[in-house]
Amino acid sequence: MSPDLVIRAARLACGTKDRPADCLVDCLCADGRILDVLPHDPARAFENAEVVDAPGLVLLPSLVDAHVHLRDPGQEYKEDVASGLTAAAHGGFGHVLCMANTRPVNDAASITEAMRDKARRAHPHGPRLHPIGALSKGLEARELAPMADLAAAGCIAFSNDGLPVPTAEFFRRAVEYAATVGRVVIDHCEEPSMAPAAGMNEGAVSASLGLRGQPWVAEAAQVARDILLAEYLGLPIHLAHLSCKASVDLVAFAKARGAPVTAETCPHYLLLTEAACQDYDTKAKVNPPLRTQEDVEAVRQALESGVLDVLATDHAPHADHEKEVEFDQAPCGISGLDTALSLAWSLTPGGLLSEKRLVDAMCHAPGRIFGIATNRFEPGDPADVVLFDPARSWTVSRETMRSKSCNTPWLGRTLFGRVVGHFMSGKRIV
Amino acid sequence: MSNENAPWPHKDLLDTDQLSLDDVRRIFAAATSFQEVNQRPVKKVPTLRGKSVVLFFAEPSTRTKTSFDMAGKRLSADTFSLASSSSSLTKGESLKDTALTLQAMNPDAIVIRHRASGAAAFLAQRLECSIINAGDGWHAHPTQALLDAFTLTQEWGGLAGKTVCILGDIAHSRVARSNVDLLTRLGATVRLCAPRTLLPHRIESWPVEIFGDLSRAVDGAHAVMCLRLQLERMQAGLIPDLREYARCWCLGPRHLERAAPDVRVLHPGPMNRGVEIDSALADSLSSLVLDQVASGVAVRMALLFLYLTRKEAAQ
Repeated sequence: MSPDLVIRAARLACGTKDRPADCLVDCLCADGRILDVLPHDPARAFENAEVVDAPGLVLLPSLVDAHVHLRDPGQEYKEDVASGLTAAAHGGFGHVLCMANTRPVNDAASITEAMRDKARRAHPHGPRLHPIGALSKGLEARELAPMADLAAAGCIAFSNDGLPVPTAEFFRRAVEYAATVGRVVIDHCEEPSMAPAAGMNEGAVSASLGLRGQPWVAEAAQVARDILLAEYLGLPIHLAHLSCKASVDLVAFAKARGAPVTAETCPHYLLLTEAACQDYDTKAKVNPPLRTQEDVEAVRQALESGVLDVLATDHAPHADHEKEVEFDQAPCGISGLDTALSLAWSLTPGGLLSEKRLVDAMCHAPGRIFGIATNRFEPGDPADVVLFDPARSWTVSRETMRSKSCNTPWLGRTLFGRVVGHFMSGKRIV
Repeated sequence: MSNENAPWPHKDLLDTDQLSLDDVRRIFAAATSFQEVNQRPVKKVPTLRGKSVVLFFAEPSTRTKTSFDMAGKRLSADTFSLASSSSSLTKGESLKDTALTLQAMNPDAIVIRHRASGAAAFLAQRLECSIINAGDGWHAHPTQALLDAFTLTQEWGGLAGKTVCILGDIAHSRVARSNVDLLTRLGATVRLCAPRTLLPHRIESWPVEIFGDLSRAVDGAHAVMCLRLQLERMQAGLIPDLREYARCWCLGPRHLERAAPDVRVLHPGPMNRGVEIDSALADSLSSLVLDQVASGVAVRMALLFLYLTRKEAAQ
């Protein structure tokens, strides 16, 4: 078979079985699949193939974002399916898992189908949208959502994200029912009675600013509950956006005991502390809140060691006028699809995050957990390929961001590394 | 060295931590001279004629607002009040839009009281006129701290070597936060006394001594500042009831027996007599409560003077 797409002279970030990392390769694709990955040969010629010369560029698989809020239906002024997927494509993500806290909540098959239709119409070649269904009707944690219906309509997982489940009994039944329909539950871990959604860590900074803070105990207490439930039930639970050392220590403990939990964190928990909220900067208001340097270091180590499986964005777009208010009035959330890869990559040169772990945490691990085929650059894998220029600098701004919302603490900052090409099933989407 | 003729270096007063000790001395010097004005039969000078000051009180306040109003009028500034009940805030206007509307009327200063911590900083980042923080949420109340420190300075000549105990709901108190900063920088030792539920988490990082027991906290203190207990703290489950609170943390004459001789008692008001301060004590000779109110007008005159003439001094 002859290739119809060839990417030449790129550096393959973490190599394959046969090709070591850091060597230059020619990546041959045919019919939307990887045909072969060969050592680069300048003399090799290809006929009838689109040839992309990529010297100096890094070859990555299309990434999987396990945690995104697209605000569609209901709050399309913040983001919609089309704009969110555009931001994803340019951020290197080929698969987007979107949370159910839309308006109305994604607790009915018709809503799931409408989301997927919009995605296919706006982005026929990808990125692909994988809606996450609500765990309970209306996210109210009173009655189970119709999970069999939702799964049949295309929901890839179930979650209460945004509204923590207060009672262990309801959560237990939800995990059991989801397992029956073959789906994983993603839990937003937050003890709802302890300063809910304060968006600010309880500590020295909240004390001096006079703001209500959320203690890390509020997160870790629910992490502990979930770990014990997962072990007791023998059923998988995925722990969303962990922010603090105690949670990470608990996950390590759980994995040592063999509890079937997986866990995720987000770029902002790797890079920022509560100090970012000084001056009442609402762009740094996020739930769970930014913690301390000790937490940042623990989260980084856990991501590198694999205790934390997944790096997701928790992309949470909000309009300027919603964030430009008093700190305690502002909604929680950071817009993350545009910046996540650049931010994660910034940790690789110093060895804080290896390229291998970055690719696993942003692609293969969420693929494994949620059942999405990812590209390992082996023959037959989907030709879902990102070309990333690690040397290209860009300034985060309204103009450079593809998301409708620019609520990020990195607004105005210069980052390194930009996606310059993105193919899904061999079709160019960037 | 403080230079009385140097231009005032600040556009806004958000908290005491912006002020150098020289700045504080200048404020106190000006307040001392305005105290003299306040004793005259005709208590008015033309210093700020033609200046306009908006009193934007988005949270109920009587004494602070009246104090600023009187301070402005005694300096011949025009003061305009925006009360919370009549304010468009109740109609759902955002703070940003209220601020821009006020700015468009071109006042020289806005004095703001707001329930949100950071509200004064929010205005200061966006407006060209001076912003004077008259209390933002739990965050800061710099003019109260300045008038407290001024009152004590007049009483003692200085704060170095003195011990001041702040008693009550520290966690939700802007008065406590600003006073801890200012009193410690002026050389006083600050003790805080409250049940753990009314202290901020991580308070160990503050330059203070922490006490749960009132008698021990007051032992040897030169002044005790009582804070108002908001009755909603009971509903939040932070204290059991007023009877037990008063039994443990209401400052009474017996606590003061072990304090320094001539111990002074302060309260920013309004007082809950019998809850955080014994009623007879509030009326006793050791009470500085009414001196605080008088100092408040003089200190706020000093602040309005310094902030509203900063551009003239620069020319």
